[in-house]
Amino acid sequence: MTVRPNPKTNHSRSLVLAACAAVLAAFTIACGAEMYEVPVETPIPAKLDVSAFQRVLVAGFVVGGTEDVDTNQETVRLLRSQLRNKSELRVIDADPMPLNEVAQEQNKAASVDTSAAGEGPSVRTTSAGEGNAATVLPQKIKDEKDLEPYDRLFANTAYWKRIGEEYQNPLIVTGSVLFVPRTSSGLVTREQEVYDGLGRRRVVPTRVYMERKGFMLRPKFIFIDGRTGATISSLSRREEALYNAQNETPALSTYFELMDRIVPDFLGTLSTQKIKGTRVLLK
Amino acid sequence: MRLLKTLLVIGVSVVAVVPAWADARSSAREQVEFGINVAQRGLWREAIYRWEKAVEIDPMYAAAYNDLGIGYEHEGQLDKARKAYEKALAIEPNNAQIRQNYDLFKEINDRSAQPKDKP
Repeated sequence: MTVRPNPKTNHSRSLVLAACAAVLAAFTIACGAEMYEVPVETPIPAKLDVSAFQRVLVAGFVVGGTEDVDTNQETVRLLRSQLRNKSELRVIDADPMPLNEVAQEQNKAASVDTSAAGEGPSVRTTSAGEGNAATVLPQKIKDEKDLEPYDRLFANTAYWKRIGEEYQNPLIVTGSVLFVPRTSSGLVTREQEVYDGLGRRRVVPTRVYMERKGFMLRPKFIFIDGRTGATISSLSRREEALYNAQNETPALSTYFELMDRIVPDFLGTLSTQKIKGTRVLLK
Repeated sequence: MRLLKTLLVIGVSVVAVVPAWADARSSAREQVEFGINVAQRGLWREAIYRWEKAVEIDPMYAAAYNDLGIGYEHEGQLDKARKAYEKALAIEPNNAQIRQNYDLFKEINDRSAQPKDKP
């Protein structure tokens, strides 16, 4: 016995399939998103409200570490030029303040006061029972620990208020910058070219032992209200760059490489920054 | 025969519902297209106005929310941008383009999320 296909059923099945295909096609067309890549500039508001100031004084920095770079001079110069180009604050031109010396002088003066009065409110001293009232302020700053005692300079509101008055109450940018050589040795991952039997080139990661040297940069920016001498805010960053020990990378170029990574954060504290990018608009 | 009847019922229901939805979508799409057009010429505020209208007309239009997110982002209205992107992703969680836009936005938004200090 053979089963004959019913022509009516076949016809309705074809109709159903055609309808389904049409609905699917219509749906695909309706959902087929068209894309348009557009450039966008996202404004990021400044982290610090500096609307009370029209002018900024990048005063100077307590510096430590290598003497290959005049870190105070270079930092002041770089920050001023960045602020001139990328902020609305007017930048005051003045010689960078030698804050290492200023701190030492203040310390000496405070030591004298301490000896005279028997106590010193603004400096840390060894106890009187141990003999001379010696202050703990290292002449040469080699690491972060050496920098710590210098922090009291930034807490000296009377001093910063006086500086503020001298320059008609600007926002004052100061702080400390440590730029020290670093060496490291150990296994690092490098990419190595490999050719297979057919001469095809491949790049494979390999672990190799390497001696590396470079620098560590640790700036701490302190923002002071020139009207009161009080610290408004501070920003600390730490960056490191290490190179193959055989390469002679100049200290100054490493300094700029590291500052390049830090400057956007610094600027973002004081002024609205626009971040450029692209996004995809959809229909 | 029963299959045919079922399909007929489904077909009638679809025919009854789809036009209303299609109408809203096509009207919203017009707004979205206009918005894209003006955004490409740098008129972002007008574009935002159009995309806001589009999502008002069709609240399930993921692309319109995506575009709105981009518009708000460009204008620095980061909270609104985040909400718009998240709405777009809630409607179309697997849309790679929306996801990419949102990820890029989030990277920037996280940077600006730190609190402001006042002197």
